[in-house]
Amino acid sequence: MAAAAQIVIDRVNHLYRPPRGREVLALDQVSLEVANREFVALLGPSGCGKSTLLYLIGGFLPVETGAILIDGQNVAGPGPDRGIVFQHFALFPWKTVRGNILYGLERQGMPKEEREKRAMDFIELVGLAGFEDSYPSQLSGGMKQRTAIARTLAIDPKILLMDEPFGALDAQTRGLMQSELLRIWQRTPKTVIFVTHDVQEAVYLADRVAVMSARPGRIKTIVDTKFDKNDPDIFKNKFFVEKVDETWNLVKEEAIKAQGKRS
Amino acid sequence: MKQSLLRYLPLLLLAIAWEIVARFELVSTSALPPLTEVISAGVAMVKDGELISNGTSSLYRAGAGLALAILIGGTVGIAMAWWKPVNVLVAPIVEIFYPLPKSALIPVTVIWLGFGDGSKILLIFLGCMLPVTIGAFNGARSSEQVLVWSARSMGASRLRMLWDVVVPSAMPELLNGVRTALALSFILLVSSELIVAQKGFGYLIGFTGANGNYDAMYAVVLTVAFLGFAADRIYLQITRRALAWRD
Repeated sequence: MAAAAQIVIDRVNHLYRPPRGREVLALDQVSLEVANREFVALLGPSGCGKSTLLYLIGGFLPVETGAILIDGQNVAGPGPDRGIVFQHFALFPWKTVRGNILYGLERQGMPKEEREKRAMDFIELVGLAGFEDSYPSQLSGGMKQRTAIARTLAIDPKILLMDEPFGALDAQTRGLMQSELLRIWQRTPKTVIFVTHDVQEAVYLADRVAVMSARPGRIKTIVDTKFDKNDPDIFKNKFFVEKVDETWNLVKEEAIKAQGKRS
Repeated sequence: MKQSLLRYLPLLLLAIAWEIVARFELVSTSALPPLTEVISAGVAMVKDGELISNGTSSLYRAGAGLALAILIGGTVGIAMAWWKPVNVLVAPIVEIFYPLPKSALIPVTVIWLGFGDGSKILLIFLGCMLPVTIGAFNGARSSEQVLVWSARSMGASRLRMLWDVVVPSAMPELLNGVRTALALSFILLVSSELIVAQKGFGYLIGFTGANGNYDAMYAVVLTVAFLGFAADRIYLQITRRALAWRD
C-alpha cells in the first residue's frame, strides 16, 4: 500500500486564523495515504476540518506544517491534475452549461473542434443533452451539480476532490447522483477523495472511510468499506447495514463532542 | 408598445399645458415661448447646422471622457479589490474626492488644458471615474472564493482568473456605476460648456440665452434632455442583454 500511494498526507497541522478572534487548530497531525484509483471518504462532524484537508490537497490553502505529496511531489498551488467539485456547484453563472464545461478544456489548450466534441460527450454522460445552452440560474440543483461534475471530469484529472457534492440536493436527487457517481467512477477509475457527513453515503461510495474527530480534526479510524456496490438491494444487504452501523457509532461520539463544544 | 406609449402620456399633457400657458401669455413669452415655436427654432438650427456641429463636439467630449472613466475607473476598482497595496494607496484618495462637487473643478481643468475639448474631457473623466471605480471595487470584492478556486484548478493562471472570474463577477455593480457616470457626464458637460467654451450644447444655451433668443435656447435645452433620456434607455437595454445570465 505505502509503495503505491498516490497521495501522501504526512503529519499535517493547520491553523485557522479568523479575521477577528483567536486562531483555532483545525487539523492536528493528520496523516493519510491514498492509493491510485482508490475512493476514500472523509467523514466527520461539521467543523472537524475535513473540507480544510480537501482544500489543502487541492492546493487552495498553503500547507504550513507537515507535507502533502501527490505522486511524490509537494503540492504547490491548484492544478488540473486535481479536479474539484464543491457543495454549491461553483459554476460560472455567466456561462452556459456548455460554456462551463468548455472552460477547463480551453485552459488546457485543447483545439476547438476537439473540445466542442468532448464537451458534448460529457454533457451526454451526465444526462444533460438538451440543456447545453441553459445558464446555471435556469437549472435545478441536481442539474447544476451534474454540470459541475461534467466540467471537472472533462479535463480528466487524476484525482477528483469532492466537497460534500450532494449536500445541497434533496434526498431523492442525492440518491440518484450517488449511484450515478459510482457508475461513472467504475467506468473511468480515478482517485477520489470525498468529503461528507452522511455515513450511509460514505459507506456506499468509498473503498475506505476515514472517520475524523471533532475539532481539532484528527483521523480517528479508517473503516474498510470495499465490497460489491452493484447489488441492487445494497441498502438492505446485511454487510452494508453492519458497516453503516459500525461507522455511525464511531462518528456519533465525535458529533456529540462537537455539539458540546459549540454550546 | 401601446403600454409604453401610455406611460409617456403625462409628457404629452405637459407639452399641451406648456403650449396653452404660453399662447395665452399667462407668463411672459420671453420666459416661456410656446412649444411649437421652440420646435420650429430647433428645426431651423438643425437645418443651418448649428445644432449638429455643436452637438457633435459635445457628444465627442462626453463620449471620450466617459470612455476613459470606464476604462481607467474599472481597472482601478478591480485592482483595488484584488491587490491590497493598491487599495491602501488609492482608497483614501477616492474617499476624499468622492463627495467633492466635480463642477468645482471646472476652472481648474481650464487652467490646465485651456478652453477647448481637453478641459471638458478631463473634467468628465474625473467626475465619472469614481462611480465606476466604486462599482468595480464592490463588484470585484464580491467574487466568490469557490469560483476563483474552480478557475485555478482548471488551469487558469492568476491573471487569467482575474479576467475570467473577477471581471465578470464585478460586472453587475460596475455597470450600475457606469449608469451613474453616464448621467453625471451630461451634467458636467453642459455646466462646463456654459461657463467656458466656444462650442457645444452648453455654449449654445448660454449664447442664445444671452442674446434673448429664447426659442432657440429652449430648443437646445430640450435636445439635451432628450439625448440624456435616450442614452439612459439605450444603456439599460445594453446592460439587460449583457446580464441576461442572471435570471
